[in-house]
Amino acid sequence: MSVLIFIDQSEGHVKKSSLEALTYGADVAKQLGTTAEGIVLGTVTEDLTALGKYGVSKIHQVSNAALNNVDAQVYASVISEAATASGATVIVFSHNQTGKAVAARVAAKLKAGLVAGACALPNTSNGFSVKKTVFSGKAYAHVNILSAVKVISLNPNSYKTVATEGTAVVEALAVTVNEPKVKITAVNKITGEVPLTEADIVVSGGRGLKGPEHWGILLDLAKELGAATACSRPVGDAHWRPHHEHVGQTGVQVAPNLYIAIGISGAIQHLAGVNRSKVIVVINKDPEAPFFKAADYGIVGDAFEVVPQLTAAIQKMKAGA
Amino acid sequence: MKILVCVSKTPDTTSKIAFTDGNTKFDEAGVQWIINPYDEWYSLVRAIELKEANPAATIHLITVGNADAEPIIRKALALGGDEAIRVNTDNSDAYYIAAQIAEVAKQGGYDLIFTGKETIDYNGSSIGGMVAELVDSPYISLATKFDLNGTTATVVREIDGGEETAEVALPVVVSCQKGMAEQRIPNMRGIMAARTKPLKVVEPIAVDALTSIQSFELPPAKAGVKLVAPDNVAELVRLLHEEAKAI
Repeated sequence: MSVLIFIDQSEGHVKKSSLEALTYGADVAKQLGTTAEGIVLGTVTEDLTALGKYGVSKIHQVSNAALNNVDAQVYASVISEAATASGATVIVFSHNQTGKAVAARVAAKLKAGLVAGACALPNTSNGFSVKKTVFSGKAYAHVNILSAVKVISLNPNSYKTVATEGTAVVEALAVTVNEPKVKITAVNKITGEVPLTEADIVVSGGRGLKGPEHWGILLDLAKELGAATACSRPVGDAHWRPHHEHVGQTGVQVAPNLYIAIGISGAIQHLAGVNRSKVIVVINKDPEAPFFKAADYGIVGDAFEVVPQLTAAIQKMKAGA
Repeated sequence: MKILVCVSKTPDTTSKIAFTDGNTKFDEAGVQWIINPYDEWYSLVRAIELKEANPAATIHLITVGNADAEPIIRKALALGGDEAIRVNTDNSDAYYIAAQIAEVAKQGGYDLIFTGKETIDYNGSSIGGMVAELVDSPYISLATKFDLNGTTATVVREIDGGEETAEVALPVVVSCQKGMAEQRIPNMRGIMAARTKPLKVVEPIAVDALTSIQSFELPPAKAGVKLVAPDNVAELVRLLHEEAKAI
């Protein structure tokens, strides 16, 4: 019996969402009175022993370069084999793009119940139930897992990473790595920006900004805050901003600590992508904008005046701090 | 070529979310049901486009649900597709549902299985991956583009922080999202035709459900927005720093 945590990496670096999964998995292990182990696939440049500080005692590594791209079928086969070999009864993923591709396959392969999009530790007082978000963030469900082996994928930004002391033992794991049936022909990663789903702060703009030429004030604010930038659907559809920035029901779903919406009215489809944010600030000149009902803080005012002042005030606060 | 499109019935995006029976059941009173948008706008419409390019292709729709799902599947048939299959069950466990779809898929020998990237009610994003595993096919998750050249598919899929282009030989399971196709409105001819398209009801195979929903919970109501005057942004910064501890 142990908890196995899948450590997702990109270009040799462990993703932030995986650190959350590690902390979560280690806490599940504590709850169950067992040990937490990690598994990492592909070439990693980081010092993996340091991941011990998130509570894992051992990390299984399959450093086969063929695993540098995620292939759901190959990954599921390797992770399932590792889980069985290490006697894992709980397998933890991040519910990020990789987790969405792989966790379900692992669950089906091992006939293990899956809770996808978990947001809290399991309740083991009567069975094994895990809280997850449903209805696009408008509610939660407590889901019982009935099988002996359990798979949980954790919503990014929903569990706080805790680093303490400790080092992990890294062991090479000998498993079968099949040839992937899917051939990757091109990878296009947006570099130099904070990935939207992992960002602590997101600054987002809507039609209220009137045109792509006005995005400078938003970018300045984002830069000052170290935030990722996002936009509403009409802005993405009009190509004012790249498509991957569109947050909402049909776009990216985010759950940052702070979401600042500028000139976005807050249609229900937009809220479905952002309502898991911890703090929402809305800046809109229309006091009737529905977004104010979902907001924690708001300014009814002209974005073109308010936003530069806000950037300056944050600068001032930082200088004073 | 045979395409299987998975279709799920979900509450309309604007539905009020509430629960009954001691928070164990979704309150269906006054709820408008729709085809899960990802199933409709992206996977079904893309399948229809593939058939338009290759009229020899057949499209089967599948839904796993009780008779209440039939209006939704008729609506889907009005957009396109040759026939529909409903697996008659109330079970909502992802593995149980995936096993039913996989069973139909194995019987039917499909070259292509499309799902939406997730349903807007349970948000699991799980069915596609599970079906792929159960039928032992490759899986392309979160696809934004799909093109066919003979029996080879070229796809673009979303990955963390970007996208990748991939090639894969059929059969394949694909979960579809924005970018795959544009929304269509069914026309009168489609609606009329849908009435007479075959809708086959099959009983589920015996599978153990691996999860069950114990209860639901609504998030605590927001305390209400704190408004700050537009000429006092320093106060907003103070609140975000000291009260919300967000910056």
